[in-house]
Amino acid sequence: MKVKKHKSASQDTLEKPIPSDRQALYLELHRRHKLFVAFWRFFLLFLFLLFWELGANTGKIDSFFFSSPSRILKLFWELCKDYSIFMHIGITLFETVVSFLLVFIISLVTATLLWYSTKLSEILEPYLVILNSLPKSALAPLFIVWLGTGTTTIIVAGISVALFGSIISFYTGFKQNDEEKLTLIYTLGGSKRDAFHKVVLPGSVPILLATTKVNIGLALVGVIIGEFLAARRGLGYLIIYGSQVFQLNLVITSVILLCLIAMGFYKGLQWIENRIERK
Amino acid sequence: MENIIELKNIGYSYHSLQGETVALKDISFGVKKGEFLAVVGPSGCGKSTLLSIIAGLLAPEEGTITVNNPDGSLRYPRIGYMLQHDHLFEWRTIYQNVILGLEINHMMTEERIAYVNQLLKDYNLEKFRNKRPSELSGGMKQRAALIRTLALEPQLLLLDEPFSALDYQTRLFVSADICNLIRAAGKTMLIITHDLSEAISLADRIIILSRRPAVVKQEIPIRLTLPDDSPLASRNAPEFQYYFNLLWKELSEDEGQEA
Repeated sequence: MKVKKHKSASQDTLEKPIPSDRQALYLELHRRHKLFVAFWRFFLLFLFLLFWELGANTGKIDSFFFSSPSRILKLFWELCKDYSIFMHIGITLFETVVSFLLVFIISLVTATLLWYSTKLSEILEPYLVILNSLPKSALAPLFIVWLGTGTTTIIVAGISVALFGSIISFYTGFKQNDEEKLTLIYTLGGSKRDAFHKVVLPGSVPILLATTKVNIGLALVGVIIGEFLAARRGLGYLIIYGSQVFQLNLVITSVILLCLIAMGFYKGLQWIENRIERK
Repeated sequence: MENIIELKNIGYSYHSLQGETVALKDISFGVKKGEFLAVVGPSGCGKSTLLSIIAGLLAPEEGTITVNNPDGSLRYPRIGYMLQHDHLFEWRTIYQNVILGLEINHMMTEERIAYVNQLLKDYNLEKFRNKRPSELSGGMKQRAALIRTLALEPQLLLLDEPFSALDYQTRLFVSADICNLIRAAGKTMLIITHDLSEAISLADRIIILSRRPAVVKQEIPIRLTLPDDSPLASRNAPEFQYYFNLLWKELSEDEGQEA
């Protein structure tokens, strides 16, 4: 919404070379509002870190259990020096991206088949609902027995968390397209295939993008569950290892790295979304 | 002149688990080449079902449709269908929208594209070819939809209340404009409308359908004495009022029965 407002404001100034006083005031208020929001965002983080650090140093909170920003930075620097942390981050990133891409491809193909065949979608509906509601972490021990410990198991765990919800969302999105638009394709002599390519797929892009944003988070959840149980590498392994040896600095450092990774994924997808919408 | 398409005893029902709804019963009429035929009837009487059957989107449950192609072939004639709304896709530019039918039928030949470009010029849409539909006015969108239909060079045009989404003034201009263009192109047209004056001013012949189950209640040939044949001027023809009253009487008899 804010972006749109801003856009129309700049269009106004284009049409009228000298902005009126009211327009100038509007732009000024808008700029102040943006600054205000940005300031408080950073200030909240700053306050949080400050009280955390002071609390830990004065003994108000136990730094053995809760660590502190300076201890986290120190540990991170040490982990950087022998490059081991980059290996762990890289493994988690790799597993998440592979799970995410596979989820996207498999659910796109499955949802397309379901859209083509009403019979197939009616037959499979209860199975999809059950598989979607099932807590997928319950399956993780089975994956370990079937596939052993290692990257494959972790990627399968990542896929299992996101896949079924993603299929259901894609399929629902495909079905929500305007019936009359499909009729138009048929009046122009098109087939069901044309209806899919010209209307259903391009008309579902917003829903595909929204589902994709949810999926990247879910894939990360699945990968971390997998690493808890079946890994010797990765951030999930570091968290479990850290808690077992009571190195809570390591656990909290890994959690913070996961926060940054999640934010990075989200921003990346938002960037892709903006590019697609601008086209 | 020869009928381009001929309907004989067409019947159609909708089925659901709750029962059967008869929409059309024993409908027979033909459309002559070059003729402008209007179909009027009470709302919900199955007019759109009739168009879908003629367009080949629905198969009739009873009766037959005979086709007389100029070249004598038995192939279904190419039929252009204009829906109630323009349904231009927001994810395509105007140009990409009007070539949709060519794309689907793999007919992106040079002459077809030249024809489409000519139509865009004739309809003053040249400047807007790379715009999105939301940037156009209602009348311009309707013209773009017409170009999309004409691009496939149909022999028969079906129009399902194509102007009902426009405001009154635009509607008078656009309907006159589009019908003149269709007539100039020598096409045959079958239009469904609620608007009796629109039917009288545009059509050569009017078919009145009864309420559901729809049967052909009456066929009225329209003869207007006119200095020129423009749909706008025809509203001033001396016979206009007579036809209007006639149609009104036929349709309100039906409404009376229902009440």
